[in-house]
Amino acid sequence: MGAPSYRAAENAALIALAAIFALTTPARAETSTINAADTAWMIVATALVLMMTIPGLALFYSGMVRKKNVLATMAQSLSAVALISILWVAFGYSLAFVGDGAWIGTLDRWFLIGMTMESVNPAAKTIPEALFMLYQMTFAIITVALVAGAVADRMRFSAYLLFSVGWFMFVYVPLAHWVWGGGFLATMGVLDFAGGLVVHLSAGIGGLVAATVMGRRHGYGSENLAPFDLSLAVIGTGLLWVGWFGFNGGSALAANSRAVMAITATHLAACAGALTWAAIEWATRRKPSVLGMISGAVAGLGTITPASGYVAPWHGVAIGVIAGTLCFWACTWLKQRFKYDDSLDVFGVHGVGGLTGTLLAGVFAVNAIGGTAGLIEGNPQQVLIQLYGVVATLVWSGGITFVLLKLVGVFAPLRVSLQQELEGLDISQHGEALQ
Amino acid sequence: MKLVVAIIKPFKLDEVRQALTAIGVHGMTVTEVKGYGRQKGHTEIYRGAEYVVNFLPKLRIEIAVASDVADKAVEVITANARTGQIGDGKIFVTPIDHALRIRTGETDSDAL
Repeated sequence: MGAPSYRAAENAALIALAAIFALTTPARAETSTINAADTAWMIVATALVLMMTIPGLALFYSGMVRKKNVLATMAQSLSAVALISILWVAFGYSLAFVGDGAWIGTLDRWFLIGMTMESVNPAAKTIPEALFMLYQMTFAIITVALVAGAVADRMRFSAYLLFSVGWFMFVYVPLAHWVWGGGFLATMGVLDFAGGLVVHLSAGIGGLVAATVMGRRHGYGSENLAPFDLSLAVIGTGLLWVGWFGFNGGSALAANSRAVMAITATHLAACAGALTWAAIEWATRRKPSVLGMISGAVAGLGTITPASGYVAPWHGVAIGVIAGTLCFWACTWLKQRFKYDDSLDVFGVHGVGGLTGTLLAGVFAVNAIGGTAGLIEGNPQQVLIQLYGVVATLVWSGGITFVLLKLVGVFAPLRVSLQQELEGLDISQHGEALQ
Repeated sequence: MKLVVAIIKPFKLDEVRQALTAIGVHGMTVTEVKGYGRQKGHTEIYRGAEYVVNFLPKLRIEIAVASDVADKAVEVITANARTGQIGDGKIFVTPIDHALRIRTGETDSDAL
């Protein structure tokens, strides 16, 4: 008779102790949520996304410029890595992902103050906060580096650095907060799994505005501006493609089925995009070009980005076909119609892809995969929510980019002189050149 | 002594070299060059942007031979560099005033 009541008393005491413990040290309580498998996968995914910028994007971009601008184009990707990483740690992470204001986060974690071995971010409770911070850092890096493609061959390096700092602070950080950090677009239920809005559309429209403000390259439309070495661009595409498994798969923030589902849709979209672009060229220009295949692959990858993690694998194929078609049209017809010189088609591929993919996420979303139903599952409202996200991104990124360029232009000329442009940016901006 | 300069299609080099070796020509200088003649250029398209490439890649081969070998050399090059298509190239023959082998100081026909 005495034994059970003793045990009950002991249990009650333990429960009371545990409750007190949990109340007084909430951070400790969260430590138990860190999961080894999730952490391992996210370390790999972080490395994969960093690889997308260097050397992936550096090779993809520099293979498409002329020989005299190869190093300068690589320098833009390289400096984005160095510069944005520091800024991200200093204040970017805190403003984007700490605090849940509608417009911007807080500075509670600036310079990572308060980040501990045990701390986690509410957005990813099963991995260390430092890992979540690093993973998101690689997204900020590649977004800034993407914009540079639109102004390749003519932007001064010093102006590019100033512009990058401003663009990161006033375009990327707020957008990341709105969509992923608990801001107003997140609250509205806008679906953007891995950055159709935050990364691709914002970089695309930013690039378009920048290309327009900077003006066309000398000789655009009259001289031969053919790529220096497309084999570099093919290698770059391969690295981007593989890296995208970490970009979209890692956006599940866990080693789970949703990550694998996202990777599957991503890979299929890249394949479908490459085949579609090549097929259109074959039909309309009699030859399927290698540049067309890689452009289609990247278009498919950029377009599936917001939808991956919400859609089924076969939706990836459909999205890839649509991406290949629309991005081809944007890079050929649209660009010629409006005569803007988006050097490396940042708008044509990433802008149009990000816009299309964000809308299509609202069409194809499968409740069983991402927890949200799209148009096809009887929720047309989601497409309107997606459209709202697209308009907000277009207006914000486009508008701020314009203001920033005008502002930077006051302190440093945006563009190299004509003589420097003819001579090449490698020698005029960096004092070195490929022989 | 004659200097035979031939501009040929790049993929014909091996055949020309083998044929010249067979008739006893044992030296050759090859340079990668670009140019145009009747073949003109061609058009390349990159994501919808069309560029006319005016200068096409060719090889320029130079051989210095004794005057009595020059005609045979020209004949051999012609036979082996020819495809019958436009853009096969041209051959120019000019006299050489003087020749010298740097290592030994031998001159003229001894230097070839």
